[in-house]
Amino acid sequence: MNCRTLVELVTDYLEGALGEEERAEVEAHLAQCDGCTAYLEQIRTTIRLTGHLHKEQIPPEAREPLRRIFREWDAGRSASDR
Amino acid sequence: MAGPRTLASSDDLALVERLRAGDERAFMTLVERYQPAMLRIARMYVSTTAVAEEVVQDAWLGVLKGLDGFEGRSALRTWIFRILVNIAKTRGAREARTLPLSSVWTPDPDAEHAVELDRFLSGHDRWPGHWASPPATWETVPEDRLLSTETFRRVAEAIERLPDNQREVIRLRDVLGWSSQEVCNALDLSETNQRVLLHRARAKVRRALEEYLAEGAT
Repeated sequence: MNCRTLVELVTDYLEGALGEEERAEVEAHLAQCDGCTAYLEQIRTTIRLTGHLHKEQIPPEAREPLRRIFREWDAGRSASDR
Repeated sequence: MAGPRTLASSDDLALVERLRAGDERAFMTLVERYQPAMLRIARMYVSTTAVAEEVVQDAWLGVLKGLDGFEGRSALRTWIFRILVNIAKTRGAREARTLPLSSVWTPDPDAEHAVELDRFLSGHDRWPGHWASPPATWETVPEDRLLSTETFRRVAEAIERLPDNQREVIRLRDVLGWSSQEVCNALDLSETNQRVLLHRARAKVRRALEEYLAEGAT
């Protein structure tokens, strides 16, 4: 296995989606390749940094129509219960 | 879809109970959590933001009306997005868009390389396909630079530039921390396609980081 192949297998490797044989090949390659080890570490850091991003906020004006949907639904079902 | 399912958490079940009891704050909690992602995903199926907004509103109503049918056999968010995607698909089909709907989550068939090919040796007799310019370790990057506002700005920018399907997958997986199983179930996406989209997305974010971190390294 060469480095060019390995970088394309990194996600499958991290996701546990490789077959046993391929996984062993990846690990054998990593054990002797500093470049690919650095690459894998960079991908892990990328995942970690992405996880720090802020969740998006919903704009206040978008809340109102949804609140209305809830209230209408709630009113509608108590009316039909009666 | 095959594989183990993520069941509803106790937090999910408590929220559902509160919704059934008519607790508006429980509903708004869900809205805060999922509305932004729902809107962007709906937008992938329909032609305008206005229609996407309608789709999301219909989805919320579908969630409320379907509460009694929620049995906790999936995570609440999986169930919510499933409803959303179904409504968005129907609406997209009605709009008779020329794009086949299955293409929304299908990775672009053009090959993409995680790393520029010129960084590997080619036609080299001994080490073809091995690094010509290997990546540098980031372990020596000071933590305050790695975790700086500017770094996060670059990450956010790189994600913003991604194709829609890659962007939504990396957001759900790596920003919001969903499992691959959940993403596949929620978006009705095959595991293979999900991995391809995630792979391409992460590779591009890594590249943007590499570029940025190299700026200060000399």
